[in-house]
Amino acid sequence: MSEMVRFVQGNEACAEAALYAGLRFFAGYPITPSTEIAEAMARRLPQQGGKFIQMEDEIASICAIVGASLTGYKVMTATSGPGFSLMQEGLGYAVMAEIPCVIVNVQRGGPSTGLPTGPSQGDVYQARWGVHGDHEIIALTASNHQDVFEMTVHAFNMAETYRTPVILLFDEVIGHMRERLVLPGPGDIPVVERLKTSVKAGVDYHPYLPREDGRLPMSDFGGEHRYNVTGLFHDMWGFPSDNPNIVHGLLRHLVDKIRSNVDAITRYKEYHLDDAQTVLISYGCSARSALHMVENRRARGDRLGLLELQSLWPFPYRLVEEKCANARHIVVVEMNTGQMVRSVKRAVRNPEPVALANRIDGNFITPNDIKNILRLIQGKGV
Amino acid sequence: MSTVGSYIRERFFPHLWCPGCGHGTVLKGLVTAIDELGLRKNDIVMVSGIGCSSRIAGYLDFHTLHTLHGRALAFATGVKLSKPALKVIAPMGDGDALAIGGNHFIHAARRNIAMTAIVMNNRIYGMTGGQYSPLTGYGKSATTAPYSNIDHDFDVVKLSSAAGATFVARTTTYHAPQMVEILKQAFSHNGFAVVEILSQCPTYFGRKNKLGDAADMMEWFKNNTTPIGSKASRENPALIERGVFVREEKPEYCCEYDKIIQKAMKGRE
Amino acid sequence: MARKKLKEHVIVLEWCKGCGICARFCPKQVLALDDSEKVRVVRPEECICCGMCELRCPDLCISIESEQAGGAVLT
Repeated sequence: MSEMVRFVQGNEACAEAALYAGLRFFAGYPITPSTEIAEAMARRLPQQGGKFIQMEDEIASICAIVGASLTGYKVMTATSGPGFSLMQEGLGYAVMAEIPCVIVNVQRGGPSTGLPTGPSQGDVYQARWGVHGDHEIIALTASNHQDVFEMTVHAFNMAETYRTPVILLFDEVIGHMRERLVLPGPGDIPVVERLKTSVKAGVDYHPYLPREDGRLPMSDFGGEHRYNVTGLFHDMWGFPSDNPNIVHGLLRHLVDKIRSNVDAITRYKEYHLDDAQTVLISYGCSARSALHMVENRRARGDRLGLLELQSLWPFPYRLVEEKCANARHIVVVEMNTGQMVRSVKRAVRNPEPVALANRIDGNFITPNDIKNILRLIQGKGV
Repeated sequence: MSTVGSYIRERFFPHLWCPGCGHGTVLKGLVTAIDELGLRKNDIVMVSGIGCSSRIAGYLDFHTLHTLHGRALAFATGVKLSKPALKVIAPMGDGDALAIGGNHFIHAARRNIAMTAIVMNNRIYGMTGGQYSPLTGYGKSATTAPYSNIDHDFDVVKLSSAAGATFVARTTTYHAPQMVEILKQAFSHNGFAVVEILSQCPTYFGRKNKLGDAADMMEWFKNNTTPIGSKASRENPALIERGVFVREEKPEYCCEYDKIIQKAMKGRE
Repeated sequence: MARKKLKEHVIVLEWCKGCGICARFCPKQVLALDDSEKVRVVRPEECICCGMCELRCPDLCISIESEQAGGAVLT
């Protein structure tokens, strides 16, 4: 096998992609089914002069990567549901203080300890609203290892571009299954580097004053500019403030910087949507079965199509509405009790034909599951 | 303003602490120590948590990181490990460092990562209005122990030492010259250093427990503490000992990790 | 070591919160709180430049400017 082609788990694909994107610091804590990411980082990071540390818990992990990001490094942590719950406060800190970082959640059965080795897609809305307070978040996902690689690099790029934490929402199927991965060469996928300030030493640097283009240049801790970073509402110098104008302005900025860039952030794939009468919408491992279903039915002449979402948040309302405009049936395929389907119902002009095809027993949803549900929806029985 | 004035963000003074709060004295001791050591401002990162103590960071003209309640040492570990050349100082409150932050405290000490944890121990949660902390002590009064506190405290020095800290010291705001000297040693120590500073909260701990004003509370520090191993300490074990309890040289975490990097890079060839 | 002679107490009065710590622990009773509960230098001639007021003041509002007996100004 050539060096550039590997047969790896999704977790390993994610780890390699992070290195490709310039990751230099990883702090994490073991939890099934994400542990392989930490193990890969422990092996690979020091080989490149980067740093790995296993912290005492997930809270320490998210805090450590935020600290490391401030010294100028690209950083990442990885966990699953229970750890993701613990990380919410630290995640909120990164949102408020506008610190780039990537958080991988390889979803498993939940809530609580749930099913450590069983897949689910139950954390979709938690990724959106797990952090307290008004905020926007970017969450990406993938259904195959090549896309895991690409979406991981995209995550780092989005984190740097918008100075925000980005969540990679994978699942146990993608994390653990082995699949062929072609490692991109240097330069094949564009990598966004950290935007550093050009303000000279001795001149006032404002860590929180956006440039004309909306971007916020950073200055590394240890560098020329000394400033304050806090989770309190703050002015453009980073100092705490409860001034109503400042609070309003900052909150609007945090929310709008993501909301007004939905198009640049959105990633998706489409299959046979041009003339589809029934549109399946899916993501992550479910999309694999959905795609299989669609190809299978198309071969028999059924006009099915698939919209595979690779960015879950900010939810691409306009895209979904557009792609479903001519559909008679819209079926959301996911492994939970119905999360993404809520957003789809809000996106489409008429939510009546939106149905859910799901599986929630800790087993991977199969094309047959989807077929049976479709038949029920169409009144044909199983 | 004396030379230490150049280390503070003057535009925010007068600071937010109550009249007589010991934390101001800690601030003064801290910048005096840094000035006497000749440390460069751009090399210093102050990482604090949440609470009255943690507000100290905002008043200092260094790289300042005001984090989450209890989590200063976790953030600080990320800062230090990613850039070991930085001088990392973590001022925290007693509840901040040892209640919610207890786990991070223990493990940062265990790793012996080079940074100084300053526990500004005023035995209360001041910012939220006077609730008891793990250091308040049996029989004391606080807003969440209105009938008397049944929680016993623990010994910060013993805890730090057991967890693996290689420099452990205790002093008080009354003993300001000793504070400066101890902080200088802590900042120069290549390992995890813990400096517990008994500080007065006249507004809550003091008032609730009828301890008088700020100066009265400092008088208490003077009369109820003694140098380690002194004759007074032997005669009266109830006295709190002050000084440097632990000073060891052990492999520092970032240096150890650099060796891992060398090993890993060699392994590739 | 040459004895230090007081030049002056440099006091930033806006920062003083009247806690009284400086006055209480001054070994020579040089300082006191006035009627508006702010620090005042009442017996400057007694000052031995020990620097305890400067070191202990929680508001960082006192600094001692002193001279060596001989003229050099130290802060």
